[in-house]
Amino acid sequence: MRIPCCYCGARGHEEFTYLGDATLARPSTEIGAPADDATAAAWHDYVYVRDNPSGRHRELWQHTGGCRAWLVVTRDTRTHEIHGVEAARDVALAREATHE
Amino acid sequence: MRYSLTTLLGQALMGNRGWRQAWRRPDPKPDYDVVIVGGGGHGLATAYYLAKEHGLSRVAVLEKGWIGNGNVGRNTTIIRSNYLLPGNTPFYEWSLKLWEGLEQDINYNAMVSQRGVLNLYHSDGQRDAYARRGNAMRMFGVDSDLLDREQVRAMVPYLDFDNARFPIQGGLIQRRGGTVRHDAVAWGYARAADQRGVDIIENCEVTGIDVIDGRAVGVMTTRGPIKAKKIGLAAAGNSSRVAAMAGLRLPIESHVLQAFVSEGVKPLIDNVVTFGAGHFYISQSDKGGLVFGGDIDGYNSYAWRGNLPMVEDVAECGMALMPMLGRLRMLRSWGGLMDMSMDGSPIIDRTPVDGLYLNAGWCYGGFKATPASGWCFAHTIARNEPHAFNAAMRLDRFASGRLIDEKGAGAQPNLH
Ligand SMILES: Cc1cc2nc3c(=O)[nH]c(=O)nc-3n(C[C@H](O)[C@H](O)[C@H](O)COP(=O)(O)OP(=O)(O)OC[C@H]3O[C@@H](n4cnc5c(N)ncnc54)[C@H](O)[C@@H]3O)c2cc1C
Ligand SMILES: [Zn+2]
Repeated sequence: MRIPCCYCGARGHEEFTYLGDATLARPSTEIGAPADDATAAAWHDYVYVRDNPSGRHRELWQHTGGCRAWLVVTRDTRTHEIHGVEAARDVALAREATHE
Repeated sequence: MRYSLTTLLGQALMGNRGWRQAWRRPDPKPDYDVVIVGGGGHGLATAYYLAKEHGLSRVAVLEKGWIGNGNVGRNTTIIRSNYLLPGNTPFYEWSLKLWEGLEQDINYNAMVSQRGVLNLYHSDGQRDAYARRGNAMRMFGVDSDLLDREQVRAMVPYLDFDNARFPIQGGLIQRRGGTVRHDAVAWGYARAADQRGVDIIENCEVTGIDVIDGRAVGVMTTRGPIKAKKIGLAAAGNSSRVAAMAGLRLPIESHVLQAFVSEGVKPLIDNVVTFGAGHFYISQSDKGGLVFGGDIDGYNSYAWRGNLPMVEDVAECGMALMPMLGRLRMLRSWGGLMDMSMDGSPIIDRTPVDGLYLNAGWCYGGFKATPASGWCFAHTIARNEPHAFNAAMRLDRFASGRLIDEKGAGAQPNLH
């Protein structure tokens, strides 16, 4: 399995470190936010619960043995085929923009 | 047919023409008291103990492929109960006790071999951690012995004791641990469950779970709909997909684990040895092949095959431990699907859906658990409450904070 890093080109996956599901959104941590059941449930889901799809999966990898950038890789978990790689920073900025 | 020396001799005299199929091949009935999804070791053991311990025989095991094609037939066959935490130790010890009586109980030769599991340590810190584990085991009445370097050398002289980076200082041994022929476990439980009236239905994939008013009432399958009063999920690496059919999301990721077999050689390794400075373990099958493995590949996968970097990693660990391995050829390698849970421990519990029960999250250590997993899951289904042995293996422990994290690695499944 080779991952085409946006900055370094295609490299063996052993150069990368896997974190997991890239679609999870960290619950709001505003100071003074209520510590209610809904917040606890949102944190529980964020930390522990996963869709774990069979098929395309958007996931975070870091190019630890290279440029050290964080990447969002779209990969088919049934075949290990990689369908796309984006810089995690760009994905996060785009997500922020749509939420504003 | 009961297997015994007499039947063996009788069959030998008759040219072995009288052996019968070990279990029936029934068509699914329209409804059952209990339907188990997944005909791996855990599903079959559950059905067997439902019939044996709880008198339920209107039970079906639905298997999408054939008996033995899942992880039950792909693992490296190691059994042990050398766990540290109170939520785990009594459960795995019960499993080991069930293994000790299994062959008489199910009248099937599963080649249970208590050849000992030896975990090596390579540093003072690791020795202390193993001493702690060994003491924790003894407090639960589990056998364990801390060995020094010379005691280990007397047992396994061919290891690289003076490895420059990872010198062997000693080991923790559980002598009652060992190996069991994995396929025979699947076949033996299938045959024993069948004899007690359980329907084992192969080539029957569950494609949906019918939930009405918060209660599971049946399943959709590739062989038609089947009603059930209770449904137990035991689908190993596919747990997330099966649970999603009832609207549940689980604290689980599916990962791939590989294993390897060398060409056959004369008897060499008479126990199970694990490397303490990397993830590597090895034993020898009765056919002579060295059976070994290491870590999971480390990324979500449903591919049933791994990649080459892990093959290299396992080979390197093997060479660091046992340099003579370099003279052997690797004959085969394969992969299986692991339910990696968020704390590295399993789940045997009810679910938020009434009548739906979950057996999942076995990570790469579920084979040794097969008897106790089936025994406890049967209890949980039949009584609608967990047994003391699986009381800590709750689905809601991630919300309540009562995690069972043997490694202390946190909610990162690929590190467990
Ligand atoms: C390479 C490798 C080495 C291992 N080594 C060890 C070891 O040394 N010691 C140890 O204790 N454990 C080990 N394990 C782990 C152990 O094999 C598993 O934890 C255990 O086998 C899982 O339980 P099972 O036997 O019920 O799983 P499986 O045999 O995988 O059973 C699950 C079954 O569910 C079926 N299924 C899935 N979805 C559906 C559906 N929708 N409808 C119907 N059926 C379905 C599957 O076809 C499968 O047969 C290893 C695993 C692997 C892959
Ligand atoms: Zn890079």
